[in-house]
Amino acid sequence: MEKFKPHISVEKLNVFYGKHHVLKDITVKIPEKQITVIIGPSGCGKTTLLKSFNRLIDLVEGISVSGDVRVDGMDIYNGKIDVTNIRKKIGMLAQKPYPLPMSIYDNVAYGPRIHGILKRKELDRIVERYLKVAGLWDEVKDRLKSPASRLSAGQQQRLCLARTLAVEPEIILGDEPTSALDPVSAKRIEQEFIELKKDYTIVIVTHILRQAKRLADHVIFLYMGEVIEAGPAREIFEDPKEARTRAYIGGEIS
Amino acid sequence: MNLKLTRKLKEVIASRLMLLITALSSMLIFVMILGLFLKARLILATQSLPELLLSTSWHPLRGEFGFYPFILGTIWVTVLAMFFSIPSCLLTSIYLTEYASAKIRAFIKPLIDLLAGIPSVVYGLWGILVVVPLVKDHIAPLFGYPTSGYCLLTGGFVLAIMVFPVLISVSEEVFRAVPHEVREISLALGATRWQTVKHAQMVPRIKGIIAAIVLGFSRAFGETMAVMMVVGNVAQVPSSVFQPAYPLPALIANNYGEMMSIPLYDAALLLAALLLLLIVLVFSVGARIVLLRIERRVV
Repeated sequence: MEKFKPHISVEKLNVFYGKHHVLKDITVKIPEKQITVIIGPSGCGKTTLLKSFNRLIDLVEGISVSGDVRVDGMDIYNGKIDVTNIRKKIGMLAQKPYPLPMSIYDNVAYGPRIHGILKRKELDRIVERYLKVAGLWDEVKDRLKSPASRLSAGQQQRLCLARTLAVEPEIILGDEPTSALDPVSAKRIEQEFIELKKDYTIVIVTHILRQAKRLADHVIFLYMGEVIEAGPAREIFEDPKEARTRAYIGGEIS
Repeated sequence: MNLKLTRKLKEVIASRLMLLITALSSMLIFVMILGLFLKARLILATQSLPELLLSTSWHPLRGEFGFYPFILGTIWVTVLAMFFSIPSCLLTSIYLTEYASAKIRAFIKPLIDLLAGIPSVVYGLWGILVVVPLVKDHIAPLFGYPTSGYCLLTGGFVLAIMVFPVLISVSEEVFRAVPHEVREISLALGATRWQTVKHAQMVPRIKGIIAAIVLGFSRAFGETMAVMMVVGNVAQVPSSVFQPAYPLPALIANNYGEMMSIPLYDAALLLAALLLLLIVLVFSVGARIVLLRIERRVV
């Protein structure tokens, strides 16, 4: 296996939902400042794995987690850790673009405000900066005060990206972030990701193989709650070692 | 052929009959308003409405029917009840929707709902036996007011307890209507639960919360029995919360059917009833409209 500096490392992670064993003995490493794509058929536990990275699975009632998830070497399931710090460090982009019920400006400023930035000037600067990074500034700069819900779905997802970036995370998680978008908007989001990997570690869940091929530097193939294979994208796509990986990439199982 | 005809006939009769009954019950409110108005007209013919509403003098034998003390009594009791119940109900519903586990919720929710089933008269008795002495011996002395305990404060407190279940469940609905995504997004950005509640859920939904509260209180406004038992029922303009008052519903319940030989007395009481009905109607319809508009916007 290729050597790299892991940003997130998962060891023997087991997740139960009631009696249902959702994730089984997951051990993977997520490389820093690359795009890692988690692929696998629906219901294989991709989203659960993703949400275990920022402890958003804590919200699911009846879930139990064992094992280690380390971010920068820090065990995030350690009881002493402040969850809000972890979540600040790890941004998340949901499947469906979901603006908070407030203005465009307030959506982006929401995170910084939560973390104590209240000076108008500083907020203005942050909002402008991250709307630019998300490629939305030119389209909305004249109507920052209007409700975010008036934007198109593609614009909304870029707004969500800006909102995520505004808390200055190191890692960005995307849970099928283009699945609710039209092809053109989806393309734009993909391009954003490719540009962002200079500065961020990115983990994306997708069930679209072609998207995975376009984006991935590193691939994790998950099947029925288990990691079947993980490694550099080229190896996985061109020369998979496992029969099940081959079958999935060949379109035989879905 | 014959069978087909009778089937059809039955269908027509049944549907018409149901329509008629439904129409009658939905017209009931207008019939009531009209009936009350027709009866109350007599007193409106002798004095103008503003005069009746703003006069403080209530001397039926002299033909003076000033509603001001009663209106003020009603408003005061309601305001006090809001003051006691809104903060605790909001916090309870936030706890139940945002913090409590399913187990705790399943345990607490029925207990709160049970409060709604307690007969009003039992609340009244509890008020007399517990709250009245408490106010008289412990709370009023703190402020240096002598009181019998039968006063606005007691009435407001008892009423507050009575609206708990309604208020908790309507505000819980408002919070539950917040899509799960909002919660997730806010928490994923590193917000604490309380920050999430405050900034992402409460502030954008303040209208809904207010409407829910008003809806809860449109019932409290007309609550009669328990309040009547503890509020003292003295027809005066109260100058402090430790003084007795006489809310409109108590006035009607205590006096209608008695002393009806006094001219215009029943017209005056029916006017009071009409006022009460109209106020409650305006509040609850207004709140419903706001809530409806909010729901539509969210979808």
